[in-house]
Amino acid sequence: MADIALHQTEAIAGPRGPKPRAAFSRRNIFIYGTLIVVSVYYLLPLYVMVVTSLKGMPEIRLGNVFSPPVEITFEPWVKAWAQACTGLNCDGLSRGFWNSVRITIPSVILSIAIASVNGYALANWRFKGADVFFTILIVGAFIPYQVMIYPIVIILREIGLYGSLAGLVIVHTIFGMPILTLLFRNYFAALPEELFKAARVDGAGFWAIYLRIMLPMSLPIFVVAMILQVTGIWNDFLFGVVYTRPDTYPMTVQLNNIVNSVQGVKEYNVNMAATLITGLVPLVIYFVSGKLFVRGIAAGAVKG
Amino acid sequence: MPSVTVRDLSLNYGAVSVLKNLNLDIEEGEFLVLLGPSGCGKSTLLNCIAGLLDASDGQIFIKGRNVTWEEPKDRGIGMVFQSYALYPQMSVRRNLSFGLKNAGVPKAEIERRIERTAEILQIQSLLDRKPSQLSGGQRQRVAIGRALVRDVDVFLFDEPLSNLDAKLRAELRVEIKRLHQKLANTMIYVTHDQIEAMTLADRIAVMRSGMIQQLDRPQEIYRRPVNRYVADFIGSPGMNFLDGEIVARDEGYHFTAGDIDIPLQRYGFESARPGPAAFGIRPEHISIDSGEGWPFTAKVAVEIVDPMGSDTLIWTTLGKQPLTIRVPSDRAPNAGDSITIGFDPMNASLFDAASGDRI
Repeated sequence: MADIALHQTEAIAGPRGPKPRAAFSRRNIFIYGTLIVVSVYYLLPLYVMVVTSLKGMPEIRLGNVFSPPVEITFEPWVKAWAQACTGLNCDGLSRGFWNSVRITIPSVILSIAIASVNGYALANWRFKGADVFFTILIVGAFIPYQVMIYPIVIILREIGLYGSLAGLVIVHTIFGMPILTLLFRNYFAALPEELFKAARVDGAGFWAIYLRIMLPMSLPIFVVAMILQVTGIWNDFLFGVVYTRPDTYPMTVQLNNIVNSVQGVKEYNVNMAATLITGLVPLVIYFVSGKLFVRGIAAGAVKG
Repeated sequence: MPSVTVRDLSLNYGAVSVLKNLNLDIEEGEFLVLLGPSGCGKSTLLNCIAGLLDASDGQIFIKGRNVTWEEPKDRGIGMVFQSYALYPQMSVRRNLSFGLKNAGVPKAEIERRIERTAEILQIQSLLDRKPSQLSGGQRQRVAIGRALVRDVDVFLFDEPLSNLDAKLRAELRVEIKRLHQKLANTMIYVTHDQIEAMTLADRIAVMRSGMIQQLDRPQEIYRRPVNRYVADFIGSPGMNFLDGEIVARDEGYHFTAGDIDIPLQRYGFESARPGPAAFGIRPEHISIDSGEGWPFTAKVAVEIVDPMGSDTLIWTTLGKQPLTIRVPSDRAPNAGDSITIGFDPMNASLFDAASGDRI
């Protein structure tokens, strides 16, 4: 038996199946080496921040930036969240956090709702002047924000919304419009046109087609838009500092005020903790929906 | 009263004119096929009838009602698309009921119609599936069902079988024909496939660059094409054309090209006149029986033999011009053989060399 088996193996000898690849080929070393170097480059500052935020001030003064904390303390995190002083208030980042939440949620919902309908109308209902409208909207994306800051201050003041959260929500909604509309238009344009026609023959109107046909098919692009808007609005500093008052400052502005305060001792551990807390929201969003994000970007980008 | 009437319909995209002053009457219960190559405007015409495209000029009547400005849903039409266009997130049942719900049809009536439609199309077992769980043929059946369930006067088909493989296409073709016999609705069917057109149609409208070239029964279009374009488009393998001249001689006309001389006494002229012309004869109208009793016979050499199953195609040359002949496979000669061919000019078509119109 063994002889026969061996004989047969010899008869059909030669390359077969997947080609074997060495684990330490030049190619692998190059690829993984690059990946590791780049990862370390990006992760090192984060490591320093996390480590520092868990140290007490005496330990930090010793100067061993890269060494792990000898005694782990969450004191700086608590202080950053609830006690750090900005200006006259000494209730930490919590105030800014809730301000940011109150700014981000309505801004994201409002801007996505409007932009998706815009994109749908531009892609499927070819109204007269649609191209002109779309061009104007896209040009809007290329005008530097700085040019528009002061006019918007005046507009908000005239309609009585200057300094309020509602005013900032409106500003975020407007500035999200060009890129979001483009995103949605391209996505809807890539959906089969015959679906839209079939729905029209079936008697569905503008809103029925949008809500019952287009929306259920567009989850990925809505996730993309949500991620773009949440991170963009959460991380925004410029509009926050210009259009709000100290008691309505978003988190980013408050963080800046904590980190850049010049009075007293520089509490590096509190600063690091405050920064990490501020960055937590976008980070969580990315982790939760990263896969959908990539899929949606790919789907929206192919055609348009 | 015609079921669908198209009056002076024009459609322009900027400077490009897609439909040119088009007129068409479709009888009640008629199966009309719009046939033409891609870009001839046949789908555009169908979309105009459906109300999915606004015409630049002209009118559309359905059941005697002017629907030119009506929304698609109010025209009494159902449409089947090439890509099926089923709503992907809805089950088959909800795909079928979507239009009825939009129209505010009572629930019990919706149920009844879905049951009936599912029975006609044999899709009862598929009702709770999503479109992604169906095969191509099943999807197209559901798409037909979506038009059927709406109880419309006119069915519009936009190349409904083009996405299917050949076998399924033939099956569904028969099914559509059966459906038409059963329902006796008016059906307008767009295709670029002449087999579909010939088999399904009561009448075919052959279109070219936004105009209807010929509108007639399939046999008539096949036997008496009005111009060289239609003659060339209909029939596979295509009609043979010999370029030459019509001359008046003796007691009648003859067609001459080089050393060929075809007597035209038996040809049914529209208006006989001498001059340059093309002589068209279909491959199946040429016989290779050694020339007994044919008005025209010639000796030719077989160049290529193309077996196609039931038939065999023979490529040869007549008077320095290429000629194909279709013969039953069991009687096919071999390449290199010398054969005598014969045909009757009665089966032929003569076209003016300049205008391409039938003579």
